[in-house]
Amino acid sequence: MDFLKKFPYTPLQIAVHLYAWSGLLLLIFDATQGNLSPNPIQDLEQRTGRHALVLLVLSLSCTPIRTLFKWNEPLKRRRALGLYAFLYAALHVIIFIDLDYGLAWSRLIQEVFQKPRLVVGMAAFVLLIPLAVTSFDIWKKRLAKNWKRLHQMVYFIAPLVVLHYLWSKKGDLLSLQGEILTPLIYGTIIGIMLILRIPFIRKTFASFSR
Amino acid sequence: MSNIYKSEPIRSSEITPKQVYLSRRDFMNAATVAASAALLAACAPSAADEIQNLRPVPSSTAADELGSIVNRYEDITQYNNYYEFTVDKQLVAEEAKGFRVQPWTVEVGGLVNQPKTFGMEDLLKLLPQEERIYRLRCVEAWSMVIPWQGFTLASLLKLVEPTADAKYVRFESVYRPEEMRGQNSLLYPWPYQEGLRLDEAMHDLTLLATGLYGEPNVPQNGAPIRLVVPWKYGFKSIKSIVKIELVAEEPATLWNHIAANEYGFYANVNPSVDHPRWSQATERRIGELNRRPTLMFNGYGEQVAALYENMDLSVHY
Repeated sequence: MDFLKKFPYTPLQIAVHLYAWSGLLLLIFDATQGNLSPNPIQDLEQRTGRHALVLLVLSLSCTPIRTLFKWNEPLKRRRALGLYAFLYAALHVIIFIDLDYGLAWSRLIQEVFQKPRLVVGMAAFVLLIPLAVTSFDIWKKRLAKNWKRLHQMVYFIAPLVVLHYLWSKKGDLLSLQGEILTPLIYGTIIGIMLILRIPFIRKTFASFSR
Repeated sequence: MSNIYKSEPIRSSEITPKQVYLSRRDFMNAATVAASAALLAACAPSAADEIQNLRPVPSSTAADELGSIVNRYEDITQYNNYYEFTVDKQLVAEEAKGFRVQPWTVEVGGLVNQPKTFGMEDLLKLLPQEERIYRLRCVEAWSMVIPWQGFTLASLLKLVEPTADAKYVRFESVYRPEEMRGQNSLLYPWPYQEGLRLDEAMHDLTLLATGLYGEPNVPQNGAPIRLVVPWKYGFKSIKSIVKIELVAEEPATLWNHIAANEYGFYANVNPSVDHPRWSQATERRIGELNRRPTLMFNGYGEQVAALYENMDLSVHY
C-alpha cells in the first residue's frame, strides 16, 4: 500500500483532468474521422461552447460544495476547472472567427456588434481573459486582496454565457416557449450556486450541515 | 461483391443519373462491410445482411438551376429539424424510426366547394408526380439542395375548388404525442401549424412533397407528405400534413406564436432582414465550408417577387 500513499494524484484530480481532456480528444477524433454532424463547423462551435459552459459551472460549484458538504478538495481543483473552461471558450471563439467566418473581419465586426447574442458572448470571453492570466500563484500574491475581487467577476460572466446560449436558440424565455429548456437548466444551476454565496444564506446552510 | 451494386434499383427519373454508382464514402463503407463479410461469412450472417441494407445512393451530379449540386441523401435524412421528435437534428432520424405513415389521410376543407379527405394512395394516383430540385434555406442560416418529388399544392386545391372567400391556407401536422416524444413538451403549442396566402399557395413553385431522391419520404423528412415552399425559411414547409384548410383570415403559425418578433407569417428568405439575434446575410450550405451569401427569396425572386409588390418586407418579415 506504500505505492498508493505515494501516488500524488487524488481521484477527483484525475477525474477533472480526464474529463477536460476527453472532450477535446473526442472532438479531434470525430473531426479527423469525419464523425462530426453534416454541419461540422457548427458542431465544433456547439461542442466547444457546451464544454466551456459545463466547466465554468463546475468551477462555480466548488464553493457551494464546501458550504453544503464540508468537502474542501474541490476548491483545490477550481483553478484547473476555470482554466479548462477558458481553453474551450478560446477554441470556441477561434473556431467562430477562423473556420466559421474565415477571418472576414469586416463582416465579423459588423455581426458581433449588431447581435446581442454575440455581444454578450464576446464580452464573456474578453472578461475571462484577465481571470485566466491571473490564475497563477504569482498573480495571486501580487494582486493580494484585489485578486479575489477580480475573480469574483465570474459571477457576472457565467450568466452572460447562459444568456449567449439562450439567445442562440429558437425560443422565448419570457413566454416560456420554444427551445429554452437547456439554457434554463444551466441558468437555474448557476443561479442556485450564486445564491448559496450570499453571506446570510451561506451561513445558514453552513450551520445546518455542521 | 456485385450484389452491392444491385441491391436496390433506383427508379429512373430526370434528376438522378441513369448510371447508379456509390458515392466515395459509401463505397468505402460498403467495401469495409463487404471485406468483413467475406471474412466472417461463415459465422456472421448479419454482416451479409448489412450489405443488402446498404442503399446505393446516386452520387448525383444533378443540380439546381443555379448549378448547385444536390446534397447527399444521408445529409438530407440525418440532419433534420423536427421538434415533434427531438430538438437534436442528428437524433431525429433515430427518434422517428417506427413512426406510422400508413394509413394516412389528408383532410382538405374549409372554404371550398368540394371538401374531401384523401387517402395517401389516392393523392399519389390522382395527381401527377414531378421532380423538383429546390434549395432549402433554414432560418438557422444553413441550407441544402434537395431533389424532391411531389405535386403542386395548386393541383390539389383545384380539386376541392376554393370559394371566393378563401384568402389563406392553413396547414396542420399530425399530433401523436405517444409516437412523437417532443410533442409532450409544454414549451410548444402543438400541433404544428403553418399558413400561406392563397396566391402563395397557388404558386407553381409551392410543392407538396411525397418523396426525395426518387424514394418515398422518410419520417424525419416529413413523411408521408409535406409542404415545400422554397423561397421561404424552412419552418414554413410544414411536415406530415393531416389537414389543409382554406380560411378567410391569416392563420396562426407555431413559430409566430412562440416569438412573433422573430418569426413572421411571411418568413420569406431575405438577406437584408436579419433575425433579431443572428444575421441572415450569409448561410452555410451543408457540404461546404465557406459561407455563401444568402439570395433574396432564396434565389427565386424572378418567380415570386411579384407576390410582394408594394409590401414592406422589413415589416412583413
